[in-house]
Amino acid sequence: MSVMVTKGAPETGSAPISSHVRGYLDRVRGGDVGALPAILGLVVLCTIFTILRPAFLSEGNFANLFTQGAAVTVIAMGLVFVLLLGEIDLSAGFASGVCAAVLAVLLTNHGWPWYWAVVASLVTGAGIGLVLGVLVAKLGIPSFVVTLAAFLAFQGIVLMLMNEGSNISIRDDTILAVANKNVSPALGWLMLAVGLAGYAAVQLWQARGRVSRGLTADPISLIAIRVAAVAVIAGVAVYVLNQERSRNAIVVSLKGVPIVVPLIVVLLIGWTFVLRRTAYGRHIYAVGGNREASRRAGINVDRIRISAFMICSTMAAVGGVIAASRANSVDPNTGGSNVLLYAVGAAVIGGTSLFGGKGRVLDAVLGGAVVAVIDNGMGLMGYSAGVKYVVTGLVLLLAAGVDALSRKRAAATGLR
Amino acid sequence: MPATPVLELRRLNKSFGPVQVLHDVSFSAEAGEVTALVGDNGAGKSTLVKCIGGIHPIDSGDYLFEGAPVHVNSPRDAAGLGVEIVYQDLALADNLDIVQNMFLGRERKRGLVLDEATMEEMAAKTLTGLSVRTVHSVRQQVSSLSGGQRQTVAIAKAVLWNSKVVVLDEPTAALGVAQTQQVLELVRRLADKGLAVVLISHNLNDVFAVSDRIAALYLGRMAAQVRTSDVTHAQVVELITSGRSGELGLANGDGLNGVKA
Repeated sequence: MSVMVTKGAPETGSAPISSHVRGYLDRVRGGDVGALPAILGLVVLCTIFTILRPAFLSEGNFANLFTQGAAVTVIAMGLVFVLLLGEIDLSAGFASGVCAAVLAVLLTNHGWPWYWAVVASLVTGAGIGLVLGVLVAKLGIPSFVVTLAAFLAFQGIVLMLMNEGSNISIRDDTILAVANKNVSPALGWLMLAVGLAGYAAVQLWQARGRVSRGLTADPISLIAIRVAAVAVIAGVAVYVLNQERSRNAIVVSLKGVPIVVPLIVVLLIGWTFVLRRTAYGRHIYAVGGNREASRRAGINVDRIRISAFMICSTMAAVGGVIAASRANSVDPNTGGSNVLLYAVGAAVIGGTSLFGGKGRVLDAVLGGAVVAVIDNGMGLMGYSAGVKYVVTGLVLLLAAGVDALSRKRAAATGLR
Repeated sequence: MPATPVLELRRLNKSFGPVQVLHDVSFSAEAGEVTALVGDNGAGKSTLVKCIGGIHPIDSGDYLFEGAPVHVNSPRDAAGLGVEIVYQDLALADNLDIVQNMFLGRERKRGLVLDEATMEEMAAKTLTGLSVRTVHSVRQQVSSLSGGQRQTVAIAKAVLWNSKVVVLDEPTAALGVAQTQQVLELVRRLADKGLAVVLISHNLNDVFAVSDRIAALYLGRMAAQVRTSDVTHAQVVELITSGRSGELGLANGDGLNGVKA
């Protein structure tokens, strides 16, 4: 206490950029590495795969990355909520399978319109989350056990819904479009422009509001750098995706941003808003950081925990719909095999802590990109599924190791 | 002395199953005073505090706030009256910053969105009002604070809400000498600002340094509630260890008879 800098009121005005950079470096050195490993991993992996297999960088493969990684990324986004509480949902993979099966059965066997089938699928997801959450929060069974049991049970439910092993194909054009169609190039640019303008406007509006009240705010130059960085990355992505990818463009043209991309961006913005800007999101972090403190602060801890499981399973349902769309069908293994571990891996690789209290929805997207790149790149290299599993498992272990080490380091420097 | 204490408990009883923890405990806290609550381990201090804070419902007895009987059945009820408790284990979330912790569970909102700017202003103003000059930035994560700073934040959190009674459960237990001194000064300032402060402490030096009155619990009974200036260090030790000291304390040293304070 006595060694701290003496300052009565908070700093006012804008601090120079150099102090922001220094602050960031201090945080990294102190163990708060955030998404840095994921971004570095992404750069390294992409470089290696591009050198070994130039086809990795082709427009067609770039678009593939998004559609391949979409389902896992969306499931991982939901898992972030459960991980933030220091819990785990091992059933998210097969929950997505159950929801996809519900969708397929209603669409194909019962002829429901696509929107009601999707609603039913999402409601199924929410219901699954409600049951899991109540068992964890009200009964006090560890989430690991509850969701491990659910993992097994849901596998059985998918089998039963699929009539013991047959698969159900999906013929609804709207559902199929989600993972297989693209938005027109012009619309892609328009969405990018609107998104960037909105991002810049929100940042500037916030900074101005804080400066006008005499609080510290990010300098305009820092905001400009941030917006410019996003603009360059997103702009290049949209440009590449708007190139013709079809081998035979006259017969069938294939260009534009895959529909899953704006879908993921909307989910990312929406959930980030919930976590960062609402009292509910604040309470999720608080319960993950100190459950007893949250209870004493009057937060309904049980309700927060149950709702987090509901968000997780509902997002799994969205992931299930995307997976069904991409595969054009649902089979007993939808949401099975590696889906769950890829999703948990995505969240953790992105920087979400397995110990709770730390993580962002963006982590799931960055980590999902890493997982998709590994899966895709190793496929191009001709490695078998076995090797892919081993490598992804090692990467997950590496990410969890970085998480544990950064916690230790943070504890040593007194940051956590 | 003011006519009615801000907080008064009369003949409070509390049992957990077959174990009666509090027997006919009467206790009061006056505005502008620091009332020290002392007692050995297991004397019932924490249970009494949790009854005051609404965490444990009381079995029987009266809970009077500003002279009027009230029912306190949850922490929210207590907070609604203006009774704030700063617990021993601090009850701060390490992964949140100072502002977020101070407003935890009571966030200011503009529509759906958190009103960060207002919360930051109010937090800074409260800390400044308590003459807290040791915190670098109110946006610091609590995990990066020292023990004394954490205690300061926890206390500031309690006074942010125009509270009338602040109960501090062993605020100096884990602190070094300099930090203890700073927290005790803060405790004194709270009382000087007109709050009723209840300080639970094992450290009699702290108690004699800041308190106006001392209430001693012995085996779940209120042994005595006396003015600090009227008793000596040794008398308080006797009250804590045997429930009586000369004319003071329980009539019978084993604490099994009624209160006679």
